[in-house]
Amino acid sequence: MLKNIFLIGGALLLTITNVQAQKFFTKTGRIDFNATTPSSPEKIEAVNKTVTCVLDVASGNIQFAVLIKGFTFERALMQEHFNENYLESDKFPKAEFKGVITNNSAVNYTKDGDYTVTVKGKLTLHGETREVESPGKISVKGGKISASASFTAVLGDYKVEVPTLVSDKVSKTTKITVACTLEPLKS
Amino acid sequence: MRRPTSIIRFALLLAMGLNASLALYAQDDLLSLLGEEKPKKQRVKYAFKSSRVINSHSMEFINPGTMDFRILHRFGSLDQGYKNFFGLDQASMRMSFDFGLLHNLMVGVGRSTYKKEVDAFIKYAPICQSTGPGSSPVTVALVSGITMDGLPWADPTRQNYFTSRLAYYNQLIIGRKFSEALSLQVMPTVVHKNLVQLATDKNDIVGLGFGGRLKLSKRMALTWDYTYVLDGLPETGYYNPLSFGIDIETGGHVFQLHVSNAVGMNERAFITETTGQWGQGQVRFGFNLSRMFQLKKSKLD
Repeated sequence: MLKNIFLIGGALLLTITNVQAQKFFTKTGRIDFNATTPSSPEKIEAVNKTVTCVLDVASGNIQFAVLIKGFTFERALMQEHFNENYLESDKFPKAEFKGVITNNSAVNYTKDGDYTVTVKGKLTLHGETREVESPGKISVKGGKISASASFTAVLGDYKVEVPTLVSDKVSKTTKITVACTLEPLKS
Repeated sequence: MRRPTSIIRFALLLAMGLNASLALYAQDDLLSLLGEEKPKKQRVKYAFKSSRVINSHSMEFINPGTMDFRILHRFGSLDQGYKNFFGLDQASMRMSFDFGLLHNLMVGVGRSTYKKEVDAFIKYAPICQSTGPGSSPVTVALVSGITMDGLPWADPTRQNYFTSRLAYYNQLIIGRKFSEALSLQVMPTVVHKNLVQLATDKNDIVGLGFGGRLKLSKRMALTWDYTYVLDGLPETGYYNPLSFGIDIETGGHVFQLHVSNAVGMNERAFITETTGQWGQGQVRFGFNLSRMFQLKKSKLD
């Protein structure tokens, strides 16, 4: 009987610690992307500063979400084409990444410092999901965590069509840079 | 003692199950921990590729900070046959500059070879079609324009006033993007001419316009516009302007190729002075070429 009570208590405690396991988040992360080629007449780049990210430091699980319509271009017409013709943001409003830091144990989240990590997971863009693996950096400083990574995505993999007329002016691969400063998530 | 033990066992299992499910939950969807995003009011954009359907203003505005340089051509009527290469030997033209000031405010100025006419307009949408809380199912836009005839006076011997060269138009556009492919609009319009040719001609011409777009592919669309003149046109010799076109988007340009019975390229001209008849083959090829320039770039940092 007593043993059982201990067991229940233990299990409940485990549940509680699991719920309270530290998670960090932001809603103001930043993603830059660049699809400029040497023959592009104009810079093809955009920024989104409303990236959502949640990191579970216990498991190393990390997830991102971003609204396609939140990308700002220098040129309004490019932004229009990006939304209407390339990414079809009415049909596919969101891009998401769900992955894990494969060497999470190498990061000491309680100690200030920079850690090189590898992130692996699934990127969903334009309704297509692909495996992505990228080196990244985790910086811990004064209770805040900065996560950054840079990788390339092949437009064709996500069925983003570039018309033949401009095929040499838009890069087939885009460079995507993610930078988020995360704060503790109070649940 | 048998019963309590089993209850405890059950509770234990439940706790473990809860634990496992929570862990799973956390792994699967961390993002949902942040709660559902509140739906925001969002404008419905890109109802038309261009700020014009074909001849008529569309419910769409050009982006703020951009300039739309437009070159419009209307060729001769097709029924002239090979002699005039199906009208292509003759061309009437309008060149214009439109400026996007706000997402719902634009102005423009243009000049047509037909009557050497200069025109200018201001277009404003108090209501924009949107989704989310407090949204509107339609865009309501107002256009106010002025045209100035540049031809020499028809009768220089009489007293001529500058104001006689002027005409005005006011238009209400009610439009809706029904789906990604289909957009429709109606445009009640009043044209006022300060000077008319005959004493029996009316100064005010009232029309009801209809316009639409059907997207055929990502970069191509079928367009049409029509104005039904309700009142103000002489009994004979004048017809309602009807146009069918194809919009083709090629990066920085939009080509609007069409056939129409109208030759005029401003509201006064195409609503009140269309003399061609579709039934008689008096239709003509034409095109609008739109080239967008970004005058004020958005800052990325």
